[in-house]
Amino acid sequence: MQNVRHFVILAVLIAVVSVLTYLGLDALELMPVAAAAQAAPIDWLMDLQVKLIAFFFALIVVPLVYSLVVFRRKPGEAGDGEHIEGSTSLEVTWTFIPLVIVVVLGYIGADNLAQVKRVDPQAVEIKVVGYQWGWRFEYPEGFVSNTLYLPVNKQAVLKMESSDVLHSFWVPEFRVKHDLVPGRVEIYRITPTLIGDYKVRCAEICGASHAYMESPIKVISQEEYTAWVNEQAAIAAAEAAAALANPDPKRGEKLYNEAGCKACHSIDGSKGVGPTWKGLWGSQVPLADGTTVLADEAYITESIRNPSAKVHQGFSPNAMPSFAYLKDGQIADLIEFIKTLK
Amino acid sequence: MSHASTSSSTGSFNRALLFFLIGTLLGLGLGIGLHAAVSGGFNATYLKDIPSWMLGLLVGTLGFFYGLLGYYGIVRGLVFQVIGTLAGILLVTAIRAAMGLPFFDPAKFGFHEGAWVFGALVGAVSFLAGVGALTDWWKWAKGESTPDHHEDVPGWRKYFGVSLDHKVIGIQYTVTSLLLLSVGGLFALLFRVELAESGLQFLTVLTPDQTAALNLYNSLMSLHGIVMIISILLGIAGVINYLVPLLIGAADMAFPRLNAFSFWVAVPAAVILLGSLGLGGFDTGWTGYAPLATRAPIGIQMFYLGVWVAGWSSILGALNLIATVLRMRARGMTAFRMPILVWASVATSIISLTATQLIGLSFQMSMFERLFGMPFFNVAKGGNPILFQHLFWFYSHPAVYVFVLPGLGVISELLPVFARKPLFGYRWVALSSIGIALVGFLVWAHHMFTSGMNEYLRVPFMYSTLLVAVPTGVKFFSWVATLWKGKIEAPTPMLFVLGGIVVFLLGGLSGPPNATVSTDLHLHDTYFIVGHFHSTMFGGYVFPFFAAIYYWFPKATGKRLDETLGKWHFWLMTPAFFVLTLFMMRVGLLGMRRRIADYDPMLGFDPWHLAMTIAAFLIALSVLVFFYNMVKTLRSPVTETGNVWNSRSPEWQVPSPMPAHNYEKEFEVVGEPYDYGLPGSVYVKM
Repeated sequence: MQNVRHFVILAVLIAVVSVLTYLGLDALELMPVAAAAQAAPIDWLMDLQVKLIAFFFALIVVPLVYSLVVFRRKPGEAGDGEHIEGSTSLEVTWTFIPLVIVVVLGYIGADNLAQVKRVDPQAVEIKVVGYQWGWRFEYPEGFVSNTLYLPVNKQAVLKMESSDVLHSFWVPEFRVKHDLVPGRVEIYRITPTLIGDYKVRCAEICGASHAYMESPIKVISQEEYTAWVNEQAAIAAAEAAAALANPDPKRGEKLYNEAGCKACHSIDGSKGVGPTWKGLWGSQVPLADGTTVLADEAYITESIRNPSAKVHQGFSPNAMPSFAYLKDGQIADLIEFIKTLK
Repeated sequence: MSHASTSSSTGSFNRALLFFLIGTLLGLGLGIGLHAAVSGGFNATYLKDIPSWMLGLLVGTLGFFYGLLGYYGIVRGLVFQVIGTLAGILLVTAIRAAMGLPFFDPAKFGFHEGAWVFGALVGAVSFLAGVGALTDWWKWAKGESTPDHHEDVPGWRKYFGVSLDHKVIGIQYTVTSLLLLSVGGLFALLFRVELAESGLQFLTVLTPDQTAALNLYNSLMSLHGIVMIISILLGIAGVINYLVPLLIGAADMAFPRLNAFSFWVAVPAAVILLGSLGLGGFDTGWTGYAPLATRAPIGIQMFYLGVWVAGWSSILGALNLIATVLRMRARGMTAFRMPILVWASVATSIISLTATQLIGLSFQMSMFERLFGMPFFNVAKGGNPILFQHLFWFYSHPAVYVFVLPGLGVISELLPVFARKPLFGYRWVALSSIGIALVGFLVWAHHMFTSGMNEYLRVPFMYSTLLVAVPTGVKFFSWVATLWKGKIEAPTPMLFVLGGIVVFLLGGLSGPPNATVSTDLHLHDTYFIVGHFHSTMFGGYVFPFFAAIYYWFPKATGKRLDETLGKWHFWLMTPAFFVLTLFMMRVGLLGMRRRIADYDPMLGFDPWHLAMTIAAFLIALSVLVFFYNMVKTLRSPVTETGNVWNSRSPEWQVPSPMPAHNYEKEFEVVGEPYDYGLPGSVYVKM
């Protein structure tokens, strides 16, 4: 009889604590805003997991605390507890039921993954390049951006490449993350559903400035997106034409800030991951092999396209990714900018 | 301890502190002087030279032990290590010079990378020769015989030199583990101060510029991970070494010299590992993923080599333990009459014996890629960076079961004593350890769900990972059922056992969301994982480890740790840990990436991080209370030599501390280990 009373109290307490734990966790709003179609199944599964967590937490902690209160040794009490060695049927039960839960959860998980991976053959394709320490987004219309613009409610397929080490593309509001592996094209599909500003942050440690490897993302309407793409493509074409004919340090400075040069090369003479650009033009650059080279157009162009060809003394080779994607005109702009840094 | 020896040890301790100070200043001065000589002038920022400070600490530590011991044991080992390292460096440098290769590299602290690696390896072997861990084998090789048992030097000095007694070795392991726990904890406190607020404000004070501060953050974070892992490996080796022979009625481990070797090889490994901070550190995290690792400062080579050398300790220790349990059990101790901690130790040793090679191999391959240009992980030359991750996790996932299984064994071992009831479902609990160990071998790729590994393989790895929940669940249910209808008492060891159960539950329950692939795509590499992992480590190792120390301290020393201070320790650490781990999970879900030195203030994480930093300091304070408790108890004249906890286990049937060769007469097992509440039953007949 006393056993029945214990178990009734326990069952009630476990039910109450489960529900309260779940409601409490739910009220905390555990996940950030969901801004992509892929977030929906993930959040659904996460919610199921939180329910399981709440239940199993109560299932263990309630009887544990209950035992500590009810079965504690009272003052003056002597002797041992009841001699109960175990129960095979109980052990089989609490092996078998979790096993069933695991198998079902695995099935749900696999199905959930399939929903997240759903492919839209009409997806917008954008090339993403991760490097130490920044992101670059290359649009098939022939221009490059430092901000990732995406049209809302349309699947984007990002073809991701890394020019140096492992990186990982993660936007918390999109939920899904995926690594960038040097030498490979990794596919990342996302369908933004909420217009707004987000940030992609590198989630795989990639060296000193890993924390700062972030870029803005703008999810905009399809009309705005089309307009933006057309505008960027036109600007890029015009700039390329103008630069070849007439290089401009202003455009060079903009490129310095946006293409990622700034992360490693200072323009005030301070030492960074790479050598400073201040006073670079026309100087004799000491190389790792002991020789020197004149910093002229040929040297700078080569160092941008193939950075390890001539390594500056005191700096490690392979530290800089190749910027071979820059057009001749853009490099001419950069050189004009470097010339101004006396 | 008599009054006279107390005052003489106080005297040598004061001398040791003085020598530590002098040594540190000498080493620091030498380092800064060298830097100034090489650069041709002194600059105030040299005072922030981390390599010089590390040199200072090395010389200071040497001075400390010299002041304490004179030229004996560990002092000889360290001196040999320093000389061996220099000899190795100079040998490679001389060979390179003779071959006309470049041998001086100012970017790599003067010498070629190969010289540093070879030097460190020679240093490790020299340490073992110097400390005397190879002496008997060397004599045998020469045809000389040595006594089977060496008498230990009397008093506390025996702990600082080679001893073949498993109890001495167990304590050596445990104390070394606590030291590394403090070092790893100190690293964590340093970077937690930096994280208390967004922006960089603390580490920039210690370093000359922002890049150096970021690199220092990465080095501290990486070293926190690996130093804690080595600390845990030594801690469980300490518990296992001290207890398993006592629990099974053996006079010692099967191979006492190998046992001593396994401990002593970990000491130069720890020196090399910490030395990485003096050689530029490394920025890869303890995972050391290629290709970032191929570009890291040479500190990463010391990290690789330190882990590689420490791996020998794990593999050989596990071999020894399995041989001991298989061959040296007391009469009547059948498999299902072994204490549950012995089962857990065997399960953990199976993993250590067979998986440690894989982390050694992956690190060795990365090391060779840097030294000899073998492009194992370099895509441009046909290598594959994902291969590193597979090899690395094939050990490093099972390794977490190495860390927790002995702790879960301690929980299962102590619960019956304090509930005064048999362990519920003993056979199921025993076999669940083996089950976890075996399933643990099949789950490694769940660390790689976002890595670009084969897409379809992710599903079988999800199933195998979820499967671990089943044997783990058996343990939890059995623990709760053990408490049911007991007569529960809760002195300090039991508090840590109960805390361990709840904290490990938190770690266990936060596991399945990482196992199901789609949710892991969000959670991977965030603070959620960091929180989950710290819960499993605290619940599965830290709490049970402290429980074990409080519980068996009287066995080892004949003195019982102070209950009031023990309760302070517990009630400071537990709530602080809950704040730390739950807040980690909270910010992780909301977008806090792991391994970042700084975070976007727009995310609004500042108050959460401040709370975590305060919690981390409270945990550190609680550990200081624990250290104070140990010192105070050891100095107190009050003794406790009897069966303090009223246990049935054989080691408590003889007076404490345990005599040198354990039991005077072999005992016989005549009953079940945990038959509390069965009148007239005993486990062993002495």
